Amino acid sequence: MHRFANPSRFLRAANAVLPWCAGLTVLLLAAGLYFALLGSPPDYQQGETVRIMYIHVPSAWMALFVYGCMAAASASALIWRHPLADLIAKSAAPIGAGFTLICLLTGSLWGKPMWGAWWVWDARLTSVLVLFFLYLGYIALVNAFDDPVRGYRAAGILALVGVVNLPIIKFSVDWWNTLHQPASVMRLDGPAIHPAMLWPLLLMAGGFMLFFVTVLILRVRGEIAAAKVRNLQLSLARG
Amino acid sequence: MDRLGEFLAMGGYGGYVWAAYLIAAAVLAALLIASLHSVRGQEARLAALRQSRRSIAEDDA
Repeated sequence: MHRFANPSRFLRAANAVLPWCAGLTVLLLAAGLYFALLGSPPDYQQGETVRIMYIHVPSAWMALFVYGCMAAASASALIWRHPLADLIAKSAAPIGAGFTLICLLTGSLWGKPMWGAWWVWDARLTSVLVLFFLYLGYIALVNAFDDPVRGYRAAGILALVGVVNLPIIKFSVDWWNTLHQPASVMRLDGPAIHPAMLWPLLLMAGGFMLFFVTVLILRVRGEIAAAKVRNLQLSLARG
Repeated sequence: MDRLGEFLAMGGYGGYVWAAYLIAAAVLAALLIASLHSVRGQEARLAALRQSRRSIAEDDA
């Protein structure tokens, strides 16, 4: 991994995989959408609203996964001072916030017809709302300083403190009484979901994952260019 | 036509299902467009700055 801490090596590798990631994103999302909307049956209890699951659940997985990546990148930036790790954490944050927003809004649109409420203050929903605010806080903090290094450090510490929220979200449905249903895919005894519904779910999750990688590569490229611009301007100003 | 209408109605939940898919598409598209816009902007600034530095170096020479 240390080899890729070098920005120009990273750029070469990233540019090589970028078109593959973008192409696979389109393919997986197209197949996922087909099975989610046409090729899967309605649920025997929830009818057609179950189709909301195929975006709600993958976006929830991504909300947690991207936060984990952001925290891991922040940790390696704080500990080993990898020059790229800060840029990766900063680039991941808006994507994670986007997935969390999708999760919250689609959950609301699913909750209204099935629970009779757009929103309830229960453990699962509230802890995911806190995750959304952690993302927003990170984005605000990382951009709040004139010296980007100070922003990276402050926001990186916030990202690490916020990691405590991840197990709370995951186990909230087991620890507290909640309206939200417990896990049906990521269980110790294997998925308790019919393959006809599992496949579209996994295809959409794969599509979201590759979307994340594609947009992350683009954003890191932008951050590398921005850092080079800052350095050039500094050296020009010094003469 | 009936089958399309039935598909769009989603068993009476069409409003909720399609709103969810539209919101997801809108958020992902906004992320992609904003990211493309910023990476192009930054790389163009970098290229312009390098160009101007090269011309300063040539003037000095």
